Amino acid sequence: MESTFLGINTVHFWTYLFLAGVIFLFMFMMGAVMSWSERKQSAQLQDRLGANRAAIPLPFGKKLAVLGFINNLADALKCLVKENFKPQTENKVIYNLAIFFAFIPAVLSVAVVPFAGVIKPAELFQAWYLKWVPWLPEYFAANLPDFSFRLQVANLNVGLLFIFAVGGINVFGAILAGWSSNNKFSMMGGMRSAAQMISYEVSMGLALLGIIFIYQNVDIWNLVQGQSELAWGWLPKWGIFLQPLAFFLFLAAAVAENKRMPFDLPEAESEIIAGYFTEYSGFKMLLFMFAEFIEIVFVAIMVTTLFFGGYSVPWLMADGFHFPWGATLALSHASVVLLQVFSFISKVFFFCWLLQQIRWSLPRFRYDQLMHLGWKILLPLAILNLVITVIIVALGGF
Amino acid sequence: MSYQIPGLPDMEYMDRQKRTFLTQIYYREVARGVWITTKHFFRNMWKWMTFRKGGVVVQYPEETRPDMSPNNRGRHVLVQRSNGESRCVACQMCGTVCPAECITIEAEESKNSTIQRKPKVFDIDISRCIFCGFCVEACPVDAIRMLASTENLVGYNRFKMIYDKDTLLNWHPVVNDDVVHGYNP
Repeated sequence: MESTFLGINTVHFWTYLFLAGVIFLFMFMMGAVMSWSERKQSAQLQDRLGANRAAIPLPFGKKLAVLGFINNLADALKCLVKENFKPQTENKVIYNLAIFFAFIPAVLSVAVVPFAGVIKPAELFQAWYLKWVPWLPEYFAANLPDFSFRLQVANLNVGLLFIFAVGGINVFGAILAGWSSNNKFSMMGGMRSAAQMISYEVSMGLALLGIIFIYQNVDIWNLVQGQSELAWGWLPKWGIFLQPLAFFLFLAAAVAENKRMPFDLPEAESEIIAGYFTEYSGFKMLLFMFAEFIEIVFVAIMVTTLFFGGYSVPWLMADGFHFPWGATLALSHASVVLLQVFSFISKVFFFCWLLQQIRWSLPRFRYDQLMHLGWKILLPLAILNLVITVIIVALGGF
Repeated sequence: MSYQIPGLPDMEYMDRQKRTFLTQIYYREVARGVWITTKHFFRNMWKWMTFRKGGVVVQYPEETRPDMSPNNRGRHVLVQRSNGESRCVACQMCGTVCPAECITIEAEESKNSTIQRKPKVFDIDISRCIFCGFCVEACPVDAIRMLASTENLVGYNRFKMIYDKDTLLNWHPVVNDDVVHGYNP
């Protein structure tokens, strides 16, 4: 029964390929949703209505506007048919490569994030609401009764370091785009972006060191497992409860990494047109914007995974709820998995919402304020947090 | 920071916010700002969920403002004589004074010997009009007026937004009093 493909178990290969596709699609869908909510949410909080005019005409004078979703389709269509403007630059290769440096890290780093716990297909497809593919439960029960996998594309034991490594590539996207565009505004945007991202990466890493010390792990899977445990029998060991300061430091640093509103100096419209992607038009510009939206989702995923227990639901074990007051609620495997996925996605949605809300509420920092916040406030506080955490861990706390 | 002016006591001339540690680390100020926008967001979302309109926007061609001033300068009308003809004598005053140059008049001879001239063509390009009301002020015979109403001044095509003489003469406003209360300085 052990068939292999390129030295990998065939079932494993197809399972993880399918999973990678699903999560890739999920990120793209979330990017589309974010570009929609960028319009609608900002409108709602400013007492406007937002995009609602673009519509597909239907018979009998009806129109299909889908709450402004059609505006996004119209935007994509417009960007596709626009003139492909090329600046007079000597570095056509780098100019075109920069888009991918900005875009690929955003979708790549989500590979190490677990979306739910261990899945046993033989048990999963026994649930009555998952029996709509009749041969699946029979196939798994007959051939692979013990097969199980994690809802995580890449099971790396250095997951957090991988995220930092891949996220570090992001800065090349901005600076290469700025440099190869042969435009002074782009250059300024690229330089600003490099300075800002490197400054804030330091405090971001230091804030997360506390998490690493507490859970004694850099494997994201184990970090989430550690957060699913209970302290004193009732409090989930979520990062927000054990490292509240680190959460706020990480959130600020992550928004700065994301180059979103209070920290959007790299693309400050009123100062340097559009910063490092001034010279990109049409679909290339759209890819930069899309990368930014996917990064918001990724920041939300990181906050969820590291500080809000990832997919874990409080008191939910593999066989159902075990409430601290003694009550239990038995659930089937499929229900547990679905609850975990739902928990993860709803947390991600909440943080996407919060990040959008912050983006549309705040004005842009001055450059000196940006550097002041990064180096003089976040960095000392991160070091303080780290020192306190290390002392507590050394004294045997947690 | 204060500016010492000779002869005046040392005092602050600006209403400067005190810079404390709490404002300098931004977190509390960010939370206050986000709290305000969040209140607005949820108020509007609640309205939307209960099938009301969140936000204060008027969706123009479908909706018009109910609180429009009676002195508002809206749509043009040509005033009729008792026999149904236009009162316009094609003197070109309005076309001359129009800063947007959106009025086109071609004169022709009138059968009525006391009037002599009447417009053959009287077009207003509503897409160029800036609604300044100069044409109404310039008219010596009170032939053109502006209504308070701004209903339906839209078109998918710019040629549909040129209103000709018949349209301007025979446009019946929804509220009859509108003609009386139209802009007439």
